[in-house]
Amino acid sequence: MFETLSDRLSGIFDTITGRGALSEKDVGEALREVRRALLEADVALDVVKSFTDKVRERAVGAEVVKAVKPGQMVVKIVHDQLVEMLGAEAVPVDLAAPPPVAMMMVGLQGSGKTTTTAKVARRLQERDRKKVLMASLDTRRPAAQEQLKVLGEQVGVATLPVVAGQTPVEIARRAANAAELGGYDVVMLDTAGRTHIDEPLMAEMQAIKAAADPHEILLVADALTGQDAVNVARSFDEKVGITGIVLTRVDGDGRGGAALSMRAVTGKPIKLIGTGEKMDALEDFHPGRIADRILGMGDIVSLVEKAAETIDQEKAKAAARKLQKGEFDLSDLADQLKQMQKMGGMGGIMGMMPGMGKMKTQMAAAGLDDSIVKRQLAIISSMTKREKQKPALMNASRKKRVAAGSGNKVQDVNRLLKMHRQMSDMMKKLGRKKGGLAGLFGGNMPAEPDPQMLEDIQKGGIGSLPGGLPGGMGGLPKGLPGLPGGGLPGAGIGKPKFKK
Amino acid sequence: MAEMDNETGEKAERKKGFFGRLLGEAEAGGEAAPAPEPEQAQAAKTTWLQRLTGGLSKSSNALTSGITDVFTKRRLDAETLQDLEDLLIQADLGVTTAAAITESLARDRYDKTITDEEVRAVLAAEVEKVLAPVARPLTIDTAYKPFVILVVGVNGTGKTTTIGKLAAKFRTEGRSVMLAAGDTFRAAAIEQLKIWGERTGSPVIAGDQGADAAGLAFDAMAQAKSAGSDILIIDTAGRLQNRSELMAELEKVIRVIGKHDERAPHAVLLTLDATTGQNALSQVDVFREKAGVTGLVMTKLDGTARGGILVAIAERTGLPVHYIGIGEGIDDLQPFAAQDFAAAIAGTAPGTGQ
Repeated sequence: MFETLSDRLSGIFDTITGRGALSEKDVGEALREVRRALLEADVALDVVKSFTDKVRERAVGAEVVKAVKPGQMVVKIVHDQLVEMLGAEAVPVDLAAPPPVAMMMVGLQGSGKTTTTAKVARRLQERDRKKVLMASLDTRRPAAQEQLKVLGEQVGVATLPVVAGQTPVEIARRAANAAELGGYDVVMLDTAGRTHIDEPLMAEMQAIKAAADPHEILLVADALTGQDAVNVARSFDEKVGITGIVLTRVDGDGRGGAALSMRAVTGKPIKLIGTGEKMDALEDFHPGRIADRILGMGDIVSLVEKAAETIDQEKAKAAARKLQKGEFDLSDLADQLKQMQKMGGMGGIMGMMPGMGKMKTQMAAAGLDDSIVKRQLAIISSMTKREKQKPALMNASRKKRVAAGSGNKVQDVNRLLKMHRQMSDMMKKLGRKKGGLAGLFGGNMPAEPDPQMLEDIQKGGIGSLPGGLPGGMGGLPKGLPGLPGGGLPGAGIGKPKFKK
Repeated sequence: MAEMDNETGEKAERKKGFFGRLLGEAEAGGEAAPAPEPEQAQAAKTTWLQRLTGGLSKSSNALTSGITDVFTKRRLDAETLQDLEDLLIQADLGVTTAAAITESLARDRYDKTITDEEVRAVLAAEVEKVLAPVARPLTIDTAYKPFVILVVGVNGTGKTTTIGKLAAKFRTEGRSVMLAAGDTFRAAAIEQLKIWGERTGSPVIAGDQGADAAGLAFDAMAQAKSAGSDILIIDTAGRLQNRSELMAELEKVIRVIGKHDERAPHAVLLTLDATTGQNALSQVDVFREKAGVTGLVMTKLDGTARGGILVAIAERTGLPVHYIGIGEGIDDLQPFAAQDFAAAIAGTAPGTGQ
């Protein structure tokens, strides 16, 4: 259902051979696809419209950087505009007020207020060394107050004792007093879920605000929300004046278009995101990541940047020279594996690849992780210098020794050797051709990724990157795009236990 | 307790006359809600259809006025159709479904002048055409004793609340109901279900928080059998459908239930939050594949969300939609009626025909 936007756009632009400035017609066609992508990501229609208008303004007549396809150019403009609309800078929770600082959590039923309250409290207490008191003002849902109490015990944050029969406003006042007397830095008020058109309940929320004078009023909203997100955000903002948004269930496979909708209609920053059921699954909001997700594409640019930063220039040059001569030995492979670890391992790299988010979780579920890389490094380090240089020396008894020495099985050693063989074969082939690998490997790794490089990656890269994932890949699905930057042969993780 | 009686009494009164389809006096005698229900709530509540359309009203008003804007003096040309498609998209129908409906609208009438009423009627008819086949009630097969209903869904979609309402409904039909507090993960989920059990006079089988959900389901099956309950409703922890380990846990719960009765669970209900956007499609797909969902309940239709994604789901899966949830009260669960839902989406006046 969701092909990536860049695929669609390049499809459109493939028919246009001319380069230079983007014509209005080109842009118009592309924007239809952008519009569709945004709508499928649940960005509200009005927001989509004003968004595409802004993009059109910027894109029409924009010079296409040489060696970048017009499609890529549009993707970049769209991406930049998304980030701009989502807010370029992270805005943290603001506690700059005389203690106890009151913080009020509001939102629809089931958006995750209580869980989020406990997560935020835990973080303030553990990371920011604040003394936090939590109070549940939810007198409506059965056992809601009990829920916060249990969570408080779990995370070691104090909760206001429950007194039956009090109204939410009374509880808010009692919480403020208790916080004052108890010397708390922060008092968090978890309110009942309410529908934004429920006037009496919205009035109750205003009364709570008046009683508690909260410094932060955070709207807790589900990242899976559809077109209604605008109505929700606008109503809550109009009624109580929210100071920020917490987006929950970002670990779902929704696209999170609600983030853009809510930010756009309220102008209030998204401050935090909930990324799981565990109490520590709360993160700061990074506009770029949500932007990529809304567009359905990974962050190729940051992958290239990261590759440029971490791959050792000298080693890369040497490896490239050796490669061209077909002298890629096991020590070189070990270097590659180590560099991959530096880049954040499989997970880190996968997370940045387009469309890889899903595969990342599948891989994690299948137990394919960085421990495989570690084991391969262990195998190599159990070899003698000569064995590393001439893998052909590895006979049965040597294999046994290495396996035993590194705590692996002989099959694992075989797999590694096979992977190395296939890689060096492939690299020899590629070495003869120009471009691709040599270019990437050849040490011309600029600090800033230049368009030429991006284009190389684009051409050879997505789907069939040279040297990326040769042979030994075993169970890895075909769709795994090659990994740009330094070849990263380490991704050829032997035969992962992928089928289960 | 008195409070509770009061509350249900009021509600029953308020609702008398809904299409003659009333839950009647809900089981009283449950524990009191922790605090009195705000007085104001009563005034706001009227018949369910009014409430449904009230809930949908903002959206259908927007949609309706949008349609009026678009069509009053215009020909049905490409641009106009695009605008109509946009309006459907705003109801969360999704791009594909919105386009399909717009196309069928264009088929006979392209480039003709079309009035506002015509557009709405056609729109409602198209939506109803998709929804009518899925508007099927949940039938309890009395051959099974207990008839086992498993309730599944993403976190916060309203599983426990829906179970409470279902229990109330079955109890008023004179059936004996047992509830199993299978959400052993979320804090106080067990207490929440116990309160519903008290409210509806249904025994609740519960373990400790953190206990094995499958083990609990197994015990509940045994207890429901020996107690001779007509219906056993099993709650489960909310889970995102992309969390494979949690979906595997759910599969295990189902396997274990099957050890008592290989045809159980006899119904697997998926709760969908009306405010959810396109992700609801994925929720239905995955829960259907892993948990064998047999029917849907759409909750939280008392807000401005239209739940138009249901149209896309109906078109794609044909899964029955049994109920809609329109509030937090014990009797705020209503059978799904395609015509009313379609009317609410299209903005045709409900009850007055089309």
